[in-house]
Amino acid sequence: MTNENHSGDTAALRLDNVTMRFGSVIALSGVSMHVDPGTVTCVLGDNGAGKSTLIKILSGVYTPAEGSFLLEGNEANFASPRDALDRGIATVFQDLATVPLMSVWRNFFLGNEPTVGFFPFRRLNTKYAKTACKSELFDMGIDIRDPDQAVGTLSGGERQAVAIARAVHFGAKVLILDEPTSALGVKQSGVVLKYVLQAKERGVAVVFITHNPHHAFLVGDRFFLLNRGKMIAQYERADVSREELVRAMAGGAELDALAHELESLSSE
Amino acid sequence: MSAVIAETDERVARSSTFVRIMRRPEIGALMGAIVVYVFFSAVDTTGTFVGLNGAARWTDVAATTGIVAVAVALLMIGGEFDLSAGVMIGTSGLFAGLLITEYNIPVWPSIALTFVFAACIGLLNGWLVVKTGLPSFIVTLAMFFSLRGINLGVTKLLTDTVRVADVDEGEGFDSARTVFAAELWEPYGFKVAVVWWIVLTVIATWVLTRTKFGNWIFAVGGDKNAARNTGVPVNRTKIALFMYTSMSAALVGIISLLRLRSMQAGQGVGEEFVFIIAAVVGGCLLTGGYGSAIGASIGSAIIGMAFIGIAYAGWNTDWSWLFLGLILFVAVLTNSLIGKRFQGGRK
Ligand SMILES: Nc1ncnc2c1ncn2[C@@H]1O[C@H](COP(=O)(O)OP(=O)(O)OP(=O)(O)O)[C@@H](O)[C@H]1O
Ligand SMILES: [Mg+2]
Repeated sequence: MTNENHSGDTAALRLDNVTMRFGSVIALSGVSMHVDPGTVTCVLGDNGAGKSTLIKILSGVYTPAEGSFLLEGNEANFASPRDALDRGIATVFQDLATVPLMSVWRNFFLGNEPTVGFFPFRRLNTKYAKTACKSELFDMGIDIRDPDQAVGTLSGGERQAVAIARAVHFGAKVLILDEPTSALGVKQSGVVLKYVLQAKERGVAVVFITHNPHHAFLVGDRFFLLNRGKMIAQYERADVSREELVRAMAGGAELDALAHELESLSSE
Repeated sequence: MSAVIAETDERVARSSTFVRIMRRPEIGALMGAIVVYVFFSAVDTTGTFVGLNGAARWTDVAATTGIVAVAVALLMIGGEFDLSAGVMIGTSGLFAGLLITEYNIPVWPSIALTFVFAACIGLLNGWLVVKTGLPSFIVTLAMFFSLRGINLGVTKLLTDTVRVADVDEGEGFDSARTVFAAELWEPYGFKVAVVWWIVLTVIATWVLTRTKFGNWIFAVGGDKNAARNTGVPVNRTKIALFMYTSMSAALVGIISLLRLRSMQAGQGVGEEFVFIIAAVVGGCLLTGGYGSAIGASIGSAIIGMAFIGIAYAGWNTDWSWLFLGLILFVAVLTNSLIGKRFQGGRK
């Protein structure tokens, strides 16, 4: 991976001792993590662990109270989500990534519309947009029928895929996916996980947020476990099995119940 | 790029030209317009509805409705309402009229100031909506009643009457009247407002379907959060639409001020719903994110034909309102049926 920066840091993103408070609520405390280009980094955690808060810091919605946030070795200092977007951090929020009533190509280029001509006659380059959208999606392995089709008529997995392909097309260096599979069935989840790997293959640093260790294990290169606002564990792909991951995530108390559930799962 | 992308996909066989046409948001309105035209041609007692004399009359109503309805449609596609669009006609007509008669400002500068003033009202509407997060229905309803009160209050205060008269004594009145209120094509007497209406419809359609800003309008109305997440300036887009709506109402206010040479303080009140009806008949979804500018213009044409057609049929014009109610209901029903039939899984 080619990676220009000034401090020799090869990580696309690096959080160091980040703390985030909402009044008296400490949502994140002393969180450190890093994300490398061309890898999938999974952030796992239960409800209320602080995953969404973490994403919002990465995508420029919140500024951390303490700690440093480096983007390719430089202070991030995002002023807004648009700022983060302009610097190559694209976030695909679960239900808030595409506009259902708009066509696929309009969604694909939303916020980055290709235009021709000069003001006041500057207009959308619809012909280019439609063919580029179709071929870009095709390259990601998504074969849509018709770029004029409304996104609302696509399946949930296809919709996520359009959002992912869009982020990759617009040169996202970091792609953050907020529970992209939580509302999807097994097959549709598989479709999305495939696109996650496609994005990784293109050198994108993918941050995959989920509370499903099975999905994480299928695509992840590195796993961070978040619990009650703290990063409690970090695993490399080579050093961890799926069972260990599930066990670690569940914690001691619920372990027995989960082991039971796991048995029925692995017997499938 | 992959070379194996077929030009047409075998799975889109259903998307014939016919289906494509039926999918257009304004198709219901177009069919409705034809029905309404045939109907009023049939019941016409004067024998002039079909000809150019009749057309000159109903296009005038259609134009003064359509100029604002097109803006209201864009705003509605952008997910917002403006209930102050009707009263703004009166407010801006009075504003220009008072500048001319009470402050002796020449007509052209008064018109320019009126547009600036209308832009400010639109800015205020939009700013209040995006800053407070309150529904625009409530914010602009408050603006509606405030302006209604101000219109009467200020007019009475300055003129001791409820109207502003003698605007034609202003400097530059004649040239302004030529631009905004002239009659064209003798002997039929088409109003120049029709030209404004058509030009603005064409521009609005182009902006909506062919520009970046148009894409943003659909996006902010379709899903505000998704739009924001992809970097669309949601608030700016909405505020711009509110400003356009107020300014289009100001245009109609100026047209009627110059045409009548005076302005009643109550002018325009009640029109706000006529604009919304035109937009909805034209295929706009009340929930935003879907619709067309041409549709709103066709909706306005239906309203124009109804108002004039009822008079030409020799019926009491009070029946126009009943007719509007029926048209609204039938059009929305037709649109939703066509939508279900041809949009597939459109939500
Ligand atoms: N804006 C806020 N104001 C106050 N507290 C907040 C705010 N946002 C988050 N929190 C708190 O911070 C903690 C972490 O919340 P967060 O939404 O990040 O959890 P999460 O891991 O995304 O959970 P889930 O899986 O349920 O989405 C929670 O206890 C939550 O109540
Ligand atoms: Mg969350």
